[in-house]
Amino acid sequence: MTINFTVSPSFPNERISDWYIFNTWLQRALSLPIHLELYNSFGAQRAAIAEGKVDLIYANPFDASLLVREKGFRAIARPEGPPDEMVVITGTDSPAREIRDLQPGTRLACSDDPCVNTVGRILLEPANLGGDNIVEHRRETYIQVARELLRGEADIGFLPVEAFEGFSPLIRRDLRALVTSELHVIRHVFLVGPALAERSEELTALLLSMHESDKGRGILEALGARRWLPVQHEDVEFMIDIISTLNQ
Amino acid sequence: MKDMDLADIAGEAVEHVLTYTGGHTRRVYVTPIETPYPHGKLIVSRTDTQGIITQCNPSFVEMSGYCEAELIGQPHCLLRHPDMPAAAFRDLWKTVQAGQQWHGYVKNLRKDGGHYWVYATVVPNVRDGKIVGFTSVRREPSREKVALAEAQYQEMRGS
Repeated sequence: MTINFTVSPSFPNERISDWYIFNTWLQRALSLPIHLELYNSFGAQRAAIAEGKVDLIYANPFDASLLVREKGFRAIARPEGPPDEMVVITGTDSPAREIRDLQPGTRLACSDDPCVNTVGRILLEPANLGGDNIVEHRRETYIQVARELLRGEADIGFLPVEAFEGFSPLIRRDLRALVTSELHVIRHVFLVGPALAERSEELTALLLSMHESDKGRGILEALGARRWLPVQHEDVEFMIDIISTLNQ
Repeated sequence: MKDMDLADIAGEAVEHVLTYTGGHTRRVYVTPIETPYPHGKLIVSRTDTQGIITQCNPSFVEMSGYCEAELIGQPHCLLRHPDMPAAAFRDLWKTVQAGQQWHGYVKNLRKDGGHYWVYATVVPNVRDGKIVGFTSVRREPSREKVALAEAQYQEMRGS
């Protein structure tokens, strides 16, 4: 039986090869054939989840909600480090100094990242901006979102903080944050699906001790993490309860 | 729940006596001072099924004016402002106890007698088919929506 593994498309492109290295490490450690499929959009990944083509996933908090509550997945680990936050950006020459300065008709550039977009829309609420009075430009990547602003084709953009901070100084020079979320409560998590349920304890132990070997530590560092931490099922349920309020 | 302490109040205050479900009362002091909602933050808390606070995040503590130890174990109505009509909270409890989400604009009372407005969503925490508590998440409201809620609540209170 081949296990299908995927990773939320929110990671930077330069880490694609690192996720393949992680997958090779995982296959060897579990002595199990694991196929890594990296989808180039959140929509494509959601479709794969709906078709039952995912057994293991490093998921964004929104997909984790769906997988835990509706597909019988279990969260087993999360990377050590800050939680997921997002930023509403604008051009440095924009007259808007804060969200409330934004006007109906504001042009928004965003990716199809469900997490970033949901939180971003909440951050626009103080300006009474929503689906009916903003003009949305969907782009495939975070860098395309930034380019929309740099070309003056959008007024604001939604990005994960990590993506914004990862841009080159040349790009960041002409952009600034209008507001950065401080939710502190939502995170990416590593989930195991029903097909691997019997081996979830073994897999958990493997991830939690990954940083103890030079090889494992090197892979983690390449992925931008120091170690995996355990997650309690109730902590994930709580995160899902919080996420369910954000769509209201 | 203890009465508010005048020593904690910042500014000139008006005294009110609130009557809660069950008939118990609390003396509160209210000033007109509004604390602005901190941009980008979420205020999160959890209660048990009786509305007793079991968990809250730093933004909840900061905005309430209390310290965390003063909040945990207290009824959530510690933050009830006398300008909020009792009917709004009755609707909230009826909705979440039926297993559904409630959302609305809420004016909360701070320890110092001031207030802050939020857009609140309350969800039941359902585990193994049973409601084991409630999670409340508040976010920054628009001033226009606050003005509308304020007018509506004033009308509901009949003043």
